[in-house]
Amino acid sequence: MSIKYYAKISGTGMYVPDKVLTNFDLEKIVDTTDEWIKTRTGMSERHLASEDQAASDLAYEASLKAIESARIRAKDIDMIIVATISGDYAFPSTACILQQKLGLKGFPAFDVSAGCTGWVYAANIAKQFIENGIAKHILVIGVEILTKITNWKDRGTCVLFGDGAGATVISRAKERDISRFIDSELAADGTQHELLIQKAGGSRLPATKETVKENLHTVYMEGNKIFKNAVRSMYNACEIVLKRNQLDVHSIDWLITHQANLRIIQALGKKLKINENKVIINIEKYANTSSATIPMALDEAIRSKKIRHGDIVLLASFGAGLTSGSLLIRI
Amino acid sequence: MDIKAKVTEIIIEELGVEAGEVTIEASFIEDLGADSLDTVELIMKFEEEFDIDIADEEAEKLTTVGKAIEYLEKQLS
Repeated sequence: MSIKYYAKISGTGMYVPDKVLTNFDLEKIVDTTDEWIKTRTGMSERHLASEDQAASDLAYEASLKAIESARIRAKDIDMIIVATISGDYAFPSTACILQQKLGLKGFPAFDVSAGCTGWVYAANIAKQFIENGIAKHILVIGVEILTKITNWKDRGTCVLFGDGAGATVISRAKERDISRFIDSELAADGTQHELLIQKAGGSRLPATKETVKENLHTVYMEGNKIFKNAVRSMYNACEIVLKRNQLDVHSIDWLITHQANLRIIQALGKKLKINENKVIINIEKYANTSSATIPMALDEAIRSKKIRHGDIVLLASFGAGLTSGSLLIRI
Repeated sequence: MDIKAKVTEIIIEELGVEAGEVTIEASFIEDLGADSLDTVELIMKFEEEFDIDIADEEAEKLTTVGKAIEYLEKQLS
């Protein structure tokens, strides 16, 4: 495909709910300790949505910030893509609800389901729509309220998740602009789809009293098996884009990976042989916010001026599916 | 290649234990203080060092130093 235009990230924003749940708070809910959680995950605290907050509410707050930082008006947006597995409803899409909240209508709005890799998938889709000239400013959001589909009796999973939204505006780059998406790579291994799954509520196992009683509407995860897959699939996705662009890891200014577990991030960093000071980590504050982790980390790093205009950033993620992917971006 | 020596070396490095602790009977979790993720990291290290794939079902059985050595010797012979 010939590229008509380049796509770039023109704005970022994030939002987390006010309520904070620390590891010490969790000690009172399930049989766990702050030390156990910290050594195995790197997490200290996470934010929890209130009862009346749904995914679109978090997405809306993050979107306003991203639109402001892109220096555009909401009405300049011509597509909305929301990456989520914990949207307001099974249908319609959270993207359509967000469109209404922003006072917009008429253009395409849809959700993408790729688990924690959701934002990377969505950003990649947005990139295509910019490159072929169909859209100019696409709002791409990763948002999750996983704490509402968490099994609070399962100490192996309930400590891992937090709520949040990360928003980005992906826009057509001007000709002389150095900021652009350089390359991307997506993958999936459907043979492993049972390792990370919400078993009930879909057409395979519709909601019944039994499915609710057995906690089948919550996140089920085989963490140990995913660990290996996560490191390998993100490493592959990173290696592919680096090689394709004749870059080695030293040419990368920053690495942002999905924040699922500090030890996965460290294992990947070691395998890539990247200087650990170049690896952006915020898992201690927000835990695993699934599709929101990468756009949230990106927003924090740009706002704190860690990541600067012209920096080359490698993004990598993995998630339910099992999906994986990477993006190489010049900010 | 002396598989036993290499395995011992990897265990010492990955788990941060003393050479004397790495006996044939030693269990990674019970005796060498590994947590469940350490064992996954250890298996990944074996895979890299010996250039083999260890299926999850096999990996779950490698709970002691001796079992790991025995498995790797069989695979690499």
